[in-house]
Amino acid sequence: MSDDLEDIREDVADAAHNRMPGPYKGDYPIVVEGVRNAFGDSVIHDNLSLKVRRGEIIGVVGGSGTGKSVLMRSIIGLQVPTAGRIEVLGEDITAARDDADIDIRSRWGVLFQGGALFSTLTVAENVEVPLREFYPEISDELRREIARFKVVLSGLPEDAANKYPAELSGGMKKRAGLARALALDPELLFLDEPTAGLDPIGAAAFDALTRELQDTLGLTVFLITHDLDTLHEICDRVAVIADRQVIAVDTIDNLLKLDHPWIQEYFNGPRGRAAHAAQERIVRPDKKMDNPGKAGD
Amino acid sequence: MRVWADFTLEQDDAGRTVLALTGPLTVSSIGVVDHALRDHAGEIAQVDISAVPEIDTVGAWTVWRLLREHGAQLTGASDQAERLIAAVSKSSGDGHTAGPRLPPVTRTFQGVGHQVSSWGQGTVHIVSFLGAVLTAWWGILRSPARMRWLAVVRQAELVGISALGIVGLMSFLVGIVIAQQGAVQLEQFGAEMLTVNLTGRIALRELGVLMTAIMVAGRSGSSFAAQVGTMKLTEEIDAMRTIGVSPVEALVIPRILAAVVMMPLLGFYAAMAAIVGGAFISSFTLGIPFMTFILRVQEVVPIHDVWVGLVKAPFFGLIIAMAGCYQGMQVKANAEEVGLRTTMAVVQAIFMVIVLDAFFAVFFTEVGWG
Repeated sequence: MSDDLEDIREDVADAAHNRMPGPYKGDYPIVVEGVRNAFGDSVIHDNLSLKVRRGEIIGVVGGSGTGKSVLMRSIIGLQVPTAGRIEVLGEDITAARDDADIDIRSRWGVLFQGGALFSTLTVAENVEVPLREFYPEISDELRREIARFKVVLSGLPEDAANKYPAELSGGMKKRAGLARALALDPELLFLDEPTAGLDPIGAAAFDALTRELQDTLGLTVFLITHDLDTLHEICDRVAVIADRQVIAVDTIDNLLKLDHPWIQEYFNGPRGRAAHAAQERIVRPDKKMDNPGKAGD
Repeated sequence: MRVWADFTLEQDDAGRTVLALTGPLTVSSIGVVDHALRDHAGEIAQVDISAVPEIDTVGAWTVWRLLREHGAQLTGASDQAERLIAAVSKSSGDGHTAGPRLPPVTRTFQGVGHQVSSWGQGTVHIVSFLGAVLTAWWGILRSPARMRWLAVVRQAELVGISALGIVGLMSFLVGIVIAQQGAVQLEQFGAEMLTVNLTGRIALRELGVLMTAIMVAGRSGSSFAAQVGTMKLTEEIDAMRTIGVSPVEALVIPRILAAVVMMPLLGFYAAMAAIVGGAFISSFTLGIPFMTFILRVQEVVPIHDVWVGLVKAPFFGLIIAMAGCYQGMQVKANAEEVGLRTTMAVVQAIFMVIVLDAFFAVFFTEVGWG
């Protein structure tokens, strides 16, 4: 290998983030223990605990204002909880400070509700931002190629790469946000209401994409959603937030057996039944639909 | 310590080149080997990744690019590697990531063209904005109940009351500077008593109102532009339209009215603060007692100087509020535009205020208020 490459190596070795641990091998990449979040007098979470298994897609549901987004913001370190402990990929987020947790930040990707794309950059340049930030040794050429294939990987047409966020539709913005979230090949993917505001076809396509990416890349996905179809379609387990805590984490079938009024209303309401029925038809086409009378109990 | 990806070149039995990649092929480890692979000019018949413990999409892309460029075959790929390569190969990956850009010459012409047409369009927009404001005024005059007094009072508070501190301090200091510097020059003629005339007249005629206008343009003109612009971006203005609220009536008119009413008050207050500043410094450096200075101002400053200042002030307020709201309304596309439009609002407001002030100066002297 030539000398200048050795130079590059040394430069990079000096950089702050040269301790790059391999992929996380533990069982629970996200561990939330006894977290309390409060804004002034209103307590959002109190003694909330949750463990996310490696390689699963976990759906987080809860009524409006129950603090689903706040939980996500706490896990990714944007909101410091007043009490409790959050461990992400084996590192304590609540104790980590700016520089110390830099290598964790390169190992997760976040899709915010509105996409949160940088409006003065094109879609592909948006994807380049985290690459530039964390891996300055990557050549411009490779970085541009990465940005472009991530855009395609996220289900956007190739020519969307050169467009500015203002030129994209809502659904395309979400995909562009996903492309940026995937820029660093993260182990953890946070999605905040990815299918909200998409048409059913677009939402189904986004679900399929999430599942496919999870399969190919072996991601752990933390997914906040209100979309019952998404929950049925792609989530391995569902965490229900109510009464300031995670009251249950399980598969939908098991959740349905619980006797909590909110869970029953959520999954057995008219929309819940429709989504469940649709799933039944796909999975077991021969089986008869659930007796609708039962759900009204 | 970071583990880097690397490669070795070997010959197989048939004498063809086999490129064997080693180490993890991930986004964090590939940066260096990628440079070397791009520099590699020779033929490659086969790419062997059996010694790669870990691969991600970036690694898969690098492998796929090698295969495509050299027409090479892949060996030793795990299931995961093949899946990843299949996933990334949907993109051609070529081309640029920047927005569309024309060659420099064309771009220059295009820039000039845009500038010219935007002048034209700008004029049309300004005229239509003026029209919208006038229509809204007319509507309010015919049914005065539609005037949003609460908003007017709120804006008046923001434009006027909360500016009292900074405008007062600034004018006080300017008064000190004029009196002190003026005294130094006038002393050479033994005419230091004329410092009172200088300070009193310049404060009431020009500086009180002009400095206030600049301060209000910086404080309130910019906040009008940024606020209206952000509301435009978040579709609040569109929402208003759909529920039958005229944005001009609800946002622009109260701001204009507040600025028009507050500017003369602030301007007069600023002139007073400047005179007090002048009196203050004169009592130290010129030995003119504070009260004597103030009483002398009353004698030497003709009353029309006060009118000159007060007549100009509402026009300045109108210009500042109109520029702010107009630029805010023109915001579209992105956050950068809010910044640009805010800057333009302040620059235009201050520029137009000074141009207008020059006209007023000539005009008032001509009509005998010199």
